[in-house]
Amino acid sequence: MKQKYSIFSVVRNALRYHEGWQEAWRSPDPRRHYDVVIVGGGGHGLGTAYYLARECGVRNVAVLEKGWIGGGNTGRNTTICRSNYLWDESAALYDHSVDLWHGLSRELNFNVMYSPRGLIHLAHSVHDLQEIGRRGNSNYLNGIDAEYLTPEQVKQWVPFINLNTRYPVMGGLLQRRAGTARHDAVAWGYARAADELGVDIIQNCEVTGFRVEDNTVKGVETSRGFIGADKVGCVVAGHCSVLAEKAGFRLPVESFPLQALVSEPIKPKIDCVVMSNGIHAYISQSDKGELVIGAGSDPYNSYSQRGGFNLIEETVAAVVELYPIFSRMRMLRQWGGVVDVTIDRSPILSKTPVRNLYFNCGWGTGGFKATPGSAHVFAHSLAGDDMHPVAAPFSIDRFNTGALVDEGAAAAVAH
Amino acid sequence: MVRRARSLRVQLRGRSAYKPAENPDQLSDEQWGDYVFFRTNPLGVHYERWVHTHGCRRWFNAARHTVTDEFFGSYKPGEAPPSVPQSES
Repeated sequence: MKQKYSIFSVVRNALRYHEGWQEAWRSPDPRRHYDVVIVGGGGHGLGTAYYLARECGVRNVAVLEKGWIGGGNTGRNTTICRSNYLWDESAALYDHSVDLWHGLSRELNFNVMYSPRGLIHLAHSVHDLQEIGRRGNSNYLNGIDAEYLTPEQVKQWVPFINLNTRYPVMGGLLQRRAGTARHDAVAWGYARAADELGVDIIQNCEVTGFRVEDNTVKGVETSRGFIGADKVGCVVAGHCSVLAEKAGFRLPVESFPLQALVSEPIKPKIDCVVMSNGIHAYISQSDKGELVIGAGSDPYNSYSQRGGFNLIEETVAAVVELYPIFSRMRMLRQWGGVVDVTIDRSPILSKTPVRNLYFNCGWGTGGFKATPGSAHVFAHSLAGDDMHPVAAPFSIDRFNTGALVDEGAAAAVAH
Repeated sequence: MVRRARSLRVQLRGRSAYKPAENPDQLSDEQWGDYVFFRTNPLGVHYERWVHTHGCRRWFNAARHTVTDEFFGSYKPGEAPPSVPQSES
């Protein structure tokens, strides 16, 4: 039985010199067989295990992670949560996530620091204005909050913004329900809650292959031996192509490093998220005070968790152009994560050519925001015979039928 | 220095093994999807086609490692790719 985290437990443990805290999750040895094995211990994978145990009654579940929990893209993103996507299919999926974000800390008894502080997309051209107008109307019809901002209103939200840039700020699209969450806490919270429900979280356990008999997956070969499974769900982001190759098929995915950086911490300065797709700079401020800045992805395939330096230069130049006040700040850290990008910039939640082997991948440059929703519908898909209705349009078959969910071209998003 | 580095930049323009379909009118939707969208995305040596955008504008193929960015050589379209050390392939 897990201790409940609360203000009282903080006080109680403080009086005992903090020697009474439990470990947040166990580190068990793998069993020989599980009902479901999830490959990949990021937010999506841990969340899938949690919802399987919590809502689907499937408790004989293992999460296999080759490194440590949340050490991949879950700990490498810019923590932004939003759902103002253009197409109905995406709106259903991402807004499902925003709904879950709102109650997540309470549900997991773990503070994921979800902060719906508002997110503004800036428009720098007539095309951008038309795009946010179209998308805002689409959001409105799908029940997602969207507000159009004039440049003066943008200035009210971000008083120190420079509207007269080389490509001047001509307007903005605001989603008030959007915001940020603490990425590490999402992984830890799901891990702790899943562990309490009996899920085995096995770190330092790399999947090296699949055992497939009669075109049906029977389990996974790992660095800690064979682990049998009735169903296997792969949620490994940038390395999904590598696993698919081991299972004998290809994915419509290419991997690129996507970079981010944070500044030295300063006092609260920017209380919303501001994204500029036109000149490619998006920025928010963490509760520690660091500016969190998202850069672009390299234009060539790579699995290096680093990225090219020219992208940092271009991003910092764009930030300084929009916010001259930040021009003398120092950047503390820079890193990259390997993102799995599909041609239509929409994810893949799907069955595969191998029976009982499922993939949840292709989230590309924007998977963090979808963590709860993705995990929730993927868990229900793994537990049932059919894919969850929200996940169904994101089948791998769409690349053969042509029914793409074309967010890349539709939203002009800087993916 | 930065400007010079930029002028030397080359751009990736697809995969060297990507050959045009020979019988496009006879392909099924399945085959078209595989041809257009499904990719080899190796962790290791990748055979790619590049163009030297800001330089000589020449197109060439190259074998590059997708983790280390080490190049194992370049070759003209139609030529056989350079040999790659066994440990890397």
